[in-house]
Amino acid sequence: MKIGIVAVQGAFREHNRMLRGLGAETVDVKRTSHLDGLDGLVLPGGESTSIGRLMREYGLIQPIRELVQKGLPMFGTCAGMIVMATEIAGGEEPHLAVMDVTVNRNSFGRQKDSFEANLHVPILGNPDFPAVFIRAPHIERIGESVETIAEYEGRIVGVRQGNCLAISFHPELTDDSRFHQYFLEHMVGVKNAS
Amino acid sequence: MANVGTERVKRGMAEMQKGGVIMDVINGEQAKIAEAAGACAVMALERVPSDIRAAGGVARMADPTIIEEVMKSVSIPVMAKCRIGHIVEARVLESLGVDYLDESEVLTPADDKYHVDKSSFTVPFVCGARDLGEALRRISEGAAMIRTKGEPGTGNIIEAVKHQRMMQGQIRRIQAMSRDELSAEAKNLGAPYELLLQVHEMGKLPVVNFAAGGIATPADAALMMELGSDGVFVGSGVFKSENPEKFGRAIVQATTHYQDYALIAELSKGLGTAMKGIDLNTLREDERMASRGW
Repeated sequence: MKIGIVAVQGAFREHNRMLRGLGAETVDVKRTSHLDGLDGLVLPGGESTSIGRLMREYGLIQPIRELVQKGLPMFGTCAGMIVMATEIAGGEEPHLAVMDVTVNRNSFGRQKDSFEANLHVPILGNPDFPAVFIRAPHIERIGESVETIAEYEGRIVGVRQGNCLAISFHPELTDDSRFHQYFLEHMVGVKNAS
Repeated sequence: MANVGTERVKRGMAEMQKGGVIMDVINGEQAKIAEAAGACAVMALERVPSDIRAAGGVARMADPTIIEEVMKSVSIPVMAKCRIGHIVEARVLESLGVDYLDESEVLTPADDKYHVDKSSFTVPFVCGARDLGEALRRISEGAAMIRTKGEPGTGNIIEAVKHQRMMQGQIRRIQAMSRDELSAEAKNLGAPYELLLQVHEMGKLPVVNFAAGGIATPADAALMMELGSDGVFVGSGVFKSENPEKFGRAIVQATTHYQDYALIAELSKGLGTAMKGIDLNTLREDERMASRGW
């Protein structure tokens, strides 16, 4: 199984480490040619404005949107979630627009408000997940076919819609690989990722 | 239940900057240009380093009006500089809600013995370093990100190259050492043994490591990435060039695609004049910023 990690800016190396730890083959995606033959795609955290802009500049937006619409499993964290949303609150132009959600950027405040919290995520079971929120977004509105998978103090911070999974926080900064494992096993179709 | 200002949150913030370019700006308009060019953060300053050099005198924290203006103008993170050891400037900047502080040798040091105890702050800090020992001393004080010092405001890359090569070379040596050698090396470097052990095990610094101080062209940015930097700070380079927007975009692209030489050639065409730059041999010892701090 080959998983691409969009590597234009941000924490792509940490996702790489985590996916390899689970036995996946990984490839850094910086150009359209890197999209060939992928079984899944990860969009890391970073600065969503930079990532969106650079993906557009490098011609990655349209090809990735088409692949995801054809069913390529995709997992976005933090900035990745913003880039995947069909709508960004405040009127900023959406980027990939592959998930029917409205996302509110930096909704938890500036860096001084960034925090860690243990989050109950039903699809992962026990124990709670160590969630790291860094200038994190949250989801304001979800479309009919979107399922909420995680909430923090009444705000939606994790969603799944078919082949797309997006969360506000950063599992790649922890040692807990259950989200990546879930992505590989339940969305990419790997048997026993570990 | 929610923990703010933890080491993971502070270091994690720097992880999100990787592969990116952080640009010095002196007002909201420049900040917008930087954001449009693809910068992953901006450093809000009263003057860029080359102007600090030209102006002489004591360089201090920027006027909070400028910092607030920059924070209002862009949605990317905003950093600001305090003087080495100036606890109050650091607290003032933190109170403004700045996303990252740079305890910086570009400003005139406030303390010749002690750096700020950065672990007591909620806001994360970046600090300059010339070698591994200096980097680990800053990390032990709580720095969540390291950058090379280089020689700021010169447009001359030689010092940044020297510092990054020194750091990477030392890391490779540390990796190859046995445990008993590490203990002696900790003494040589003046670095805490525990941190040295982490470098030995991970083969890299425990925090993100950027390049700064003298980056003036897209090729300079790519060179620093080639040498193992996680990203770059561009100070005077962008807004001292003839066409800051084009220049900024070119530096951002060269940083992402640092091994795509045909692209860098393309990006380097018709950029206009880069900043003039200074031959370091013409700088007196007291004009060098890199030797500030220890």
